[in-house]
Amino acid sequence: MNYQIVMLLGQDGVTNGAIYALLALSILLVFTVTRILLIPQGEFVSFAALCMAAMEGGKPLYIGWLLLALSLAALALEAKERYQANGKLQLKGGDFAFTLYSLAACALLATAPLGTAGKPIQALLTLGLIVPLGPLMYRVFFQAIAAGHSLVLLIVSIAVHVALVGIGLLMFGAEGARIQPFSEGSIQLGGANINSQTLWVVAVSLILIVALYFFFEKTLYGKALRATAVNRLGAELVGISPELAGKASFSLAALIGALSGILIAPITTIYFDSGFVISLKGFVGSIIGGLASYPVAAIGALGIGLAEAFSTFWASSYKEVIVFTLILPFLLWRSLAHGGVEEEE
Amino acid sequence: MKPANLSPKTLSILCVGLAIALGPIVLPEYQVSQVNNIGIFALVTLGLILLTGVAGMTSFGQAAFVGISAYTTGYLATSEQLPDWLGWAGASPWAALAIGLLLTLAVATLLGGLTLKLSGHYLPLGTIAWGLSLYYLFGTLEFLGGHTGISGIPPLQLFGLTLDQGYELYYLIWALVLVAVIVTLNLLDSREGRAIRALRGGQLMAESMGVNTYRSKLLAFLVAATFAAIAGWLYAYTQRFVAPAPFSLQSGIDYMFMALIGGVGQVWGALLGAASVTFLKQWLQDLLPHLLGKSGNYESIVFGLLIVWLMQKVPGGIWSWLSPKLPDWKIKKPAAPGAESGEKLVRRPQPQAGEVILDVRKVTRRFGGLVANNDLSLSVKAGEILAVIGPNGAGKSTLFNQLSCVDTPTSGEIHFRGVQVNGRNARQIAGQGLSRTFQHVKLLPTMTVLENVAIGAHLRGECGFISAALRLDRKDEAKLLQEARYQLERVGLGNYLHVEAGSLALGQQRILEIARALCADPCLLLLDEPAAGLRHMEKQALADLLRKLRAEGMAVLLVEHDMDFVMGLVDRVFVMEFGQRIAEGLPEEIQKNPAVLEAYLGGAE
Repeated sequence: MNYQIVMLLGQDGVTNGAIYALLALSILLVFTVTRILLIPQGEFVSFAALCMAAMEGGKPLYIGWLLLALSLAALALEAKERYQANGKLQLKGGDFAFTLYSLAACALLATAPLGTAGKPIQALLTLGLIVPLGPLMYRVFFQAIAAGHSLVLLIVSIAVHVALVGIGLLMFGAEGARIQPFSEGSIQLGGANINSQTLWVVAVSLILIVALYFFFEKTLYGKALRATAVNRLGAELVGISPELAGKASFSLAALIGALSGILIAPITTIYFDSGFVISLKGFVGSIIGGLASYPVAAIGALGIGLAEAFSTFWASSYKEVIVFTLILPFLLWRSLAHGGVEEEE
Repeated sequence: MKPANLSPKTLSILCVGLAIALGPIVLPEYQVSQVNNIGIFALVTLGLILLTGVAGMTSFGQAAFVGISAYTTGYLATSEQLPDWLGWAGASPWAALAIGLLLTLAVATLLGGLTLKLSGHYLPLGTIAWGLSLYYLFGTLEFLGGHTGISGIPPLQLFGLTLDQGYELYYLIWALVLVAVIVTLNLLDSREGRAIRALRGGQLMAESMGVNTYRSKLLAFLVAATFAAIAGWLYAYTQRFVAPAPFSLQSGIDYMFMALIGGVGQVWGALLGAASVTFLKQWLQDLLPHLLGKSGNYESIVFGLLIVWLMQKVPGGIWSWLSPKLPDWKIKKPAAPGAESGEKLVRRPQPQAGEVILDVRKVTRRFGGLVANNDLSLSVKAGEILAVIGPNGAGKSTLFNQLSCVDTPTSGEIHFRGVQVNGRNARQIAGQGLSRTFQHVKLLPTMTVLENVAIGAHLRGECGFISAALRLDRKDEAKLLQEARYQLERVGLGNYLHVEAGSLALGQQRILEIARALCADPCLLLLDEPAAGLRHMEKQALADLLRKLRAEGMAVLLVEHDMDFVMGLVDRVFVMEFGQRIAEGLPEEIQKNPAVLEAYLGGAE
């Protein structure tokens, strides 16, 4: 193994690791705010990547229908809950926002010539299609049981993931896809070629991490989410709506997932079910961070990316085995550092 | 045994046993193999019911456990040239079963050992990661055949019989399922089983009663893994072929769905879940491609949404919906076994009257800058009742937590019967003879009053998993239940032995906690607000009981707000305010003490 190979593998590792780090942050964010381990995080990634690929290939996109179905379900739930609370149907204009948005998206996807639109437009459109899935998912599947046992939340999370993988197969088909890179070329740095795709990933990840930092430190909504993460009941008592916190954290998760999907689309071939394994590496990162620490989770995820890249070189077929076995020493460390018995909620 | 005396458990086992025996006679050939698969699935699901439904833990790695055992069996049965040290195992299905079981249990012990001390999210994540890992490993390892797997496994031969027909395997599979059901039912109805049932929502309480909750969790996990390993062995001989796909994470999730759909809290839910998921899946696989116009794994959409709906509307699964419709033999509780037997549990040597039981020396507890307890010293003797009183926020609960070893003092020492105990955990101090109740009642609402109280006697029994599974624990169990019954009668709950603890009034639940604490045969009883929520007559009965215990030589320390109750009962009073001791003495002295009056009523300013 020479310097060139080390640089090449390192570059690969950092690229993937940056994406795992983003996902780890998103998983932690959702977990601390809502107690939900967001297993469907990976579907945001794969759906976004496959949306990009379908637009590039000029293939029909059916994801508008998923949006429409979810927003109609959300509308129906809203109407039912209002009716049960007040005895009459009271829907305001705002309740129809998601439905109208989904109808518009369906119309746009059916008519506009997306294949010739250019990468930036396609990426924006993908974000516009994927991000609303986050709050809708929270509304339809989780809001009613948000206060339930964490075991119930976990099982529903798994079930939503299973359903979405099936829907993904229905929408995008079984073939994998990979899109053209955002830009060609590379730059020289310290005697090694740095691929421009790597720069894209690292730059976007850094920007996102800094943006998240400012969101949580400087804005009222960010502080409200942090407050909910620290003490859910306390936050509710000072007027932070748990529904808002849930939807906001799911929106952020969908945004981060969709961006990761767009970034990874030119790097790896993505299938309808690839998202799970990708996001699971984010989970390994957040386990390393003890399901609590953001910086440790991000560094852990970066380490996962590097470990993966280097194990590809030494023992390519055992890549996944090595990566997932990596959690054992960290579990041991957590277990030894752990104190007494704690009651589950 | 007369039919009328059959317990619901025996009756249900007999019914299912009969149905199983008739199976191959009424079923066509191809259905028999279908029902064989259901039996194998049910075995795995049964483990999950114990793990998830009863003990409240989640594993998505059961399919991987099935895989370890199935691959072991396949490898040993087909390899022409086993390494020398393994040569003896090649021909024997028993050896394959034993080795598969050992390997599965080794992996399960490793995973469980690493995750079960942590909060509940680490086990599912750990099993997901390991489920994937093993799946990739099965597909990669050359000696396991890679993605094509191992084919040509010879038929199963046991005791000179060759089992290669569907109905022959049928009897073996379903006999094992039935044995597993009986073992599980036996386990749940035992000392170890009560500890496992307490894991869901009662871990702090169980530790205070001397239950090693980590050990109980590991036990449940290993039993579930054992069932999965047996299923894997059966799978290899039923299919005569093993490949990675049935042991993927997806299958692990399917097993969880079977448990949830069948009814996760009920042993029979395993059979119901395995059967309904199998048939529903088959039906959907026929129907959906017609409906959608293309083929693929679309039934997962239906299953995913079904589970979401189930968790929101019918979290108990099919069984919870079905069981009220069954004949009501479910409600009749069996008489406590051995209620008449004369043998009693051995009591620990009781301290001499006047011996100092608890000695607290200069205990200080700080939380950051807040001094919750400052330099407190007190002692309790055998045959004495001490009350700790003080306004809200005085630091009584902090003191109480340190005495029961839930919390550790920042400085100072706590001696229990002459031995320094600060720094030990709640379980160890329980073993030494300290027993407690909780300010916020902690009991297991769906278990009966008798079973709840029997948890208190956990340390006084000795039968473990094996004797429970084989029903060798009946004598030990009878003694435990008799003790629980005696303590319940003593506190006045003798009429409620077999009702669900959650249906008692709050006052009765507090009394139940006292009976549970007494079951541990303590020499010091710590009571946290025992009179709160009690009616007048109940308070008098409680005071009488405590007087009787005092006369028997028990030391009692209680934290209480009800002054009438305290002043008429206790020997000494210890008064706290803002973490300090402000007075100590006889009740009548305390009632006149100016500092105490000021703390409670406020000074004249």
